[in-house]
Amino acid sequence: MRANRSITFKLVLIITVFSSLIFTATIGYFYHRSCGVLQRELEKNARNIVLASVNRVEMELSSIGKVAEGVVCSLETGNYHEESLNTLLKNTLGGNKEIYGVGSAFEPNEAAIEAVPVVPYFYRKNGRLISAAEEDFQFLTLDWYQIPKELGKRVWSEPYFDEGSGEMLMTSCSIPFYEGTGDHRHFRGVVVADVSLGWLTDIVASIKVLKTGYSFLLSRNGTIVTHPDTGMIMNETIFSLAESRNNPILRDIGRKMIHGDSGFIPYTDTRGIKSWMYYAPILSAGWTLAVVFPEAELFAEVRSLTMMVGVMGLVGIMLLAAAVALISRSITAPLHALADATEVIAAGDFDAELPQVRSRDEVGKLTRSFIAMTIALKEYIRNLTETTAAKERIESELKVATDIQASLLPRIFPAFPDRPEFDIFASMDPAKEVGGDFYDFFFIDDTNLCFLIADVADKGVPAALYMMVAKTLLKSEGQRLGEPDLILASVNNILAADNDSCMFTTVFCAILDTRTGDVRFSNAGHNPPLIIESSGIRYLTVKAGFVLGPMPDSDYETERLTLQPGDTLFLYTDGVTEAVNLSGELYGEPRLLTALQMSPKENLSEMIHSIRAQVTGHANGAPQSDDVTMVAVHYKGA
Amino acid sequence: MRKNYDERQKSFIRSCTMALLLMMVTVAIPVTAAETSLKKVSLIPLWSPQAQFAGYYMAAEKGIYARHGIDVTIMNGGPGHSASEYLLGGKADFAVLWLATALQHQSAGRRLVNVAQIIQRSSMMLVARKTSGISTPESMQGRKVGVWPGDLALPVQAFFTKYHLNVRIIPQSYTVNLFLCGGIDVASAMWYNEYHTIIDSGVNSDELELFFFKDHGITFPEDGLYTLEKNYRNDPAGAAAFTDASLEGWQYAFDHPDEAVMVVLRHMKTEHIPANRAHQKWMLDRMHDLILPPVGNKKMGQLNPSDFKSVGAELHRQGLIKTIPGFDDFTGRSDASK
Repeated sequence: MRANRSITFKLVLIITVFSSLIFTATIGYFYHRSCGVLQRELEKNARNIVLASVNRVEMELSSIGKVAEGVVCSLETGNYHEESLNTLLKNTLGGNKEIYGVGSAFEPNEAAIEAVPVVPYFYRKNGRLISAAEEDFQFLTLDWYQIPKELGKRVWSEPYFDEGSGEMLMTSCSIPFYEGTGDHRHFRGVVVADVSLGWLTDIVASIKVLKTGYSFLLSRNGTIVTHPDTGMIMNETIFSLAESRNNPILRDIGRKMIHGDSGFIPYTDTRGIKSWMYYAPILSAGWTLAVVFPEAELFAEVRSLTMMVGVMGLVGIMLLAAAVALISRSITAPLHALADATEVIAAGDFDAELPQVRSRDEVGKLTRSFIAMTIALKEYIRNLTETTAAKERIESELKVATDIQASLLPRIFPAFPDRPEFDIFASMDPAKEVGGDFYDFFFIDDTNLCFLIADVADKGVPAALYMMVAKTLLKSEGQRLGEPDLILASVNNILAADNDSCMFTTVFCAILDTRTGDVRFSNAGHNPPLIIESSGIRYLTVKAGFVLGPMPDSDYETERLTLQPGDTLFLYTDGVTEAVNLSGELYGEPRLLTALQMSPKENLSEMIHSIRAQVTGHANGAPQSDDVTMVAVHYKGA
Repeated sequence: MRKNYDERQKSFIRSCTMALLLMMVTVAIPVTAAETSLKKVSLIPLWSPQAQFAGYYMAAEKGIYARHGIDVTIMNGGPGHSASEYLLGGKADFAVLWLATALQHQSAGRRLVNVAQIIQRSSMMLVARKTSGISTPESMQGRKVGVWPGDLALPVQAFFTKYHLNVRIIPQSYTVNLFLCGGIDVASAMWYNEYHTIIDSGVNSDELELFFFKDHGITFPEDGLYTLEKNYRNDPAGAAAFTDASLEGWQYAFDHPDEAVMVVLRHMKTEHIPANRAHQKWMLDRMHDLILPPVGNKKMGQLNPSDFKSVGAELHRQGLIKTIPGFDDFTGRSDASK
C-alpha cells in the first residue's frame, strides 16, 4: 500500500508528521514550563495581596480592639456610676468613628455597682449618638457576652446582620472585665464594641485579581462572610458547600482554612470553575481571607500565546508541507516525464521526445544519460537491424549452400541396390551450416568401388568450398587414375598448386575389388579406420601419409587388405572421437571401439545411427564442435 | 380470543373514563364548595421556619390543607414567639409542642389535646470533643455543659440524674459557637440541627463523642401537634382534618425531599433566616428517621402509650407534674369513643 504512494506524498507525510511531533513536544514543554513559572509568580503575588489585605484588616481590628480595651481599663481601674459610665461610653463612641456602637454588660446580682443599667449601650445613627440602654435584655446567653466570659479573653464574634435593616454585616469585639486581683479577681461583665463590616467587605471586594478573580472571607466557623455570590453570604459555610457538592476535598481545605493555615492550592470554585486559591488567616478574629484565581484566566495569556505559536507553527508546517510538495514535485515531475518517455521508448519508439533538460542536478544528469542512452540504443538497433539483415541473407545463402553441399554427397541408400556383394552407408552432420567433412563412393569400373572419407581442416564456408574442390578432384582423379596412391598424389599436387590460403584436408581413400574383397587403400593424414571382422574389431594399422594441400609432390603408399565376406570397414572423422561433453571429456577411440562392438553389425544404417546416437549422448547437450562423418562398407562376398 | 380481548379492553377503557368523569365531578363539587368556606385555622411551630416543620409547609404548599377543608396559617415560632403562649393565649389554634411541655401544661390545669405525636423519640443529644477526654457520661463529672433553658433541659436533667452527674451547667444559646470556641466541654444538640451545624463548622464526626439520650434510656418524644381541649371538643372534625392533612404533608415531604427542602428554604429566605440546602436536607432526612415509626406497620403520628407513661413518670419524679393525665383524655380518644 505504502509502496504505491508517490514520493511527494511520502515526503510530505513524513516531514509533516515529524515536524508536527517535534513542534507539539516543543510547544507542550514551553506551555508547561510557562505555566509553572506563571504559577510561582502568581503565588508570590497572591501571597503579597492577601497578606497586605490581612494586615489592613488586622490593623483595623486591633485599633477597634484597643478602643474596647480602653473602656475595659477604665472600668477595671475606676469606679463608675451610671452617669460616668454613660459619659465614658458616649465619649468613646464619639471619638471613634469606625465603631458603630459600644456598650458594657454587667453580670447580674453584682452588689458592687448600684443603679447601673444592665446594659448601657450607645450607637450611632445619622451622625447622632443614641443611648439604647435596655434593662430587660436577655444577653446572658448571647454569644457576644457568653463566649468572652467563658474564655476569659477578647473575642471577635461571628459576623451577623444588624437587627435594624438586616442588611449591614456586623461583628462585635467583646472583652471581659474583672474586679480585684489574684484570688479575688472575679468576672464583672463584658465590654462590647459593635463594628460594621462595610469597610471589611470593601477591602475584600477591592482585591481584584485578573478579570474574574475574586476574594472571600470565612468566619471562624467557616461561614462565608463575603463572597461575590451574595446568596451564600451568612447562609453557607464552606463545609455545607462541600456537603452539598459532595466534595470531601473542599471540606479538608475548609478545615485547614479555619485552623489558621495558609496556602496556595488548586480549587474548584462554587461555580465549578477550575481555579487556584491563596488563603491566609486573620489571626486576631480567627477569620480566613482567600483569593481565587480562575485557572483559565491565570494561564490565559500563556494559553493565547501558546495558541498563537501553535497557529504559527501549524501555518509553518503547512507552508513547509507545501514547499516540500513543490520541491518534490519539481524533482518528480521531470522524473514522471522521463518515466513516461522511457515507457514510450521501451515500447520501441526511440524517437520519443525526452523532457527538456533545464537543471544540472541529478535529474538533469539522469535525463542527459537517458538521451545518450536513447541515441546509443538507436544506433545500436540500427546496426543490429543491418547486421541482422546481412546475417539473414548470409544464413539464407548458407542454407542454400548446405543444401548444395548435402546434395553433393551421395545420400540415397542403398546406393547400389543391384550389387549384392557389398553394402555401403554414410552420414555427415556438419557442425555448422556447411561442413568441411565429406565422403564419396563411386565405381571406377564394374568391380572396383572407390570410397573415401575426408576432413578439411577448419570448418564453415572456406572449408566447404575447399571440400567442394577436393571432392570434385578426388572423384575425377579417382575415376581417371584408379589407384589410391596415384589419386592422392595427383589431387595433392593440384590442390597445392594454388593453395594460397594454405588449407589442407585429410583423406582416407580406398578401392574395393568387389569380386575378391581386396581393398587397396591409401591414407593422407586421416584417422585410421576400424575393421570389423568375425574375430573382432580393431583399428586398422595404416601409414599416416601427409595431408593433401600444403605441399606438392608428396608420396602416398597403397596398402592392401582383404575383406572376408561379413567383414566391415568403418571410416570416421575426428568429429566422432573428439566430440566433447560439457566437462570437456573427449568421446575417444576406446569408446568408439566399444560402441562398435555393441552396435548391430549387419545393418550399416543402424550401426552408424547408433554410433551417432552414442556420440550425441556423450556430448549431452554440449554444442557440436566439428562435423561428424562416418562411412561403413560391408563386404558380403561375390 | 383476540376479539374478546379487544372488546374487553375497550369496555375497560370505557368504564375507566366513566369512573374518572364521576370522580372529577364528585371531587370538584366539595372542593369548590370548600373554597368558599375554608375553615381558617393557625399553627405555631416551635421555631422559625426550617425542615423540622417541612410537613406543615408542604401541606400548605401543595393544597393538602385546602383539600381537607381548612386554610392553615403557619405562624413564625422562635425567640419571642413561644408556641405554648400562643396556643394558651388563643393566638394560635394548633401548636407544635414537646410532649413534656404539654404534660406540664396539662398538670397545671391548662387542658390540651395531643392530636398527633409527630417525632416519635428524643432527638436530643450531648456532644463533646474527643480531645476534651469525655468518652462516657461519667467523665462529664464537673465539666462545663451547655444546657438550653426551659423544657429542653428536661431530658438533660434526666441524663444527669441517671448518671449522678454534678456538672457546671452553662446556659446555652441558640448557637453552638460557645462549644466551637471551646467555652464549654459539652453542648446540647438536636441531632437534626445543632449536631449538623457543628459538622458544618468544620468539626469531623470522628472528632466528636456523641451521647444520644435515646441510647441512655431517656425517651422524650418531641414534636407533637396540640390544640386546646375546648377547641377540640367544639370541632373534633376540624382537628382531625388538620391532623390528617399535616401527616399527609409529612408523607409528601418525605416522598419529595428536594421539593420540600426548596419550599423550606424559600420560607427561610422570606424570614431572612440564614439557610443552606445541605443543612435543611440533613434536617429533613433526620425528620424522616424520627417521624416514621421505627418498627412495625404503625401509622405515622401516633403517640405510644409507653412513651407517654415514661415521660409522665420522669416529669413526676422531677416534681414537675403532680398527676399524670389519662392517656385517652390526653389524646382526645375518650371523646372520640363517646
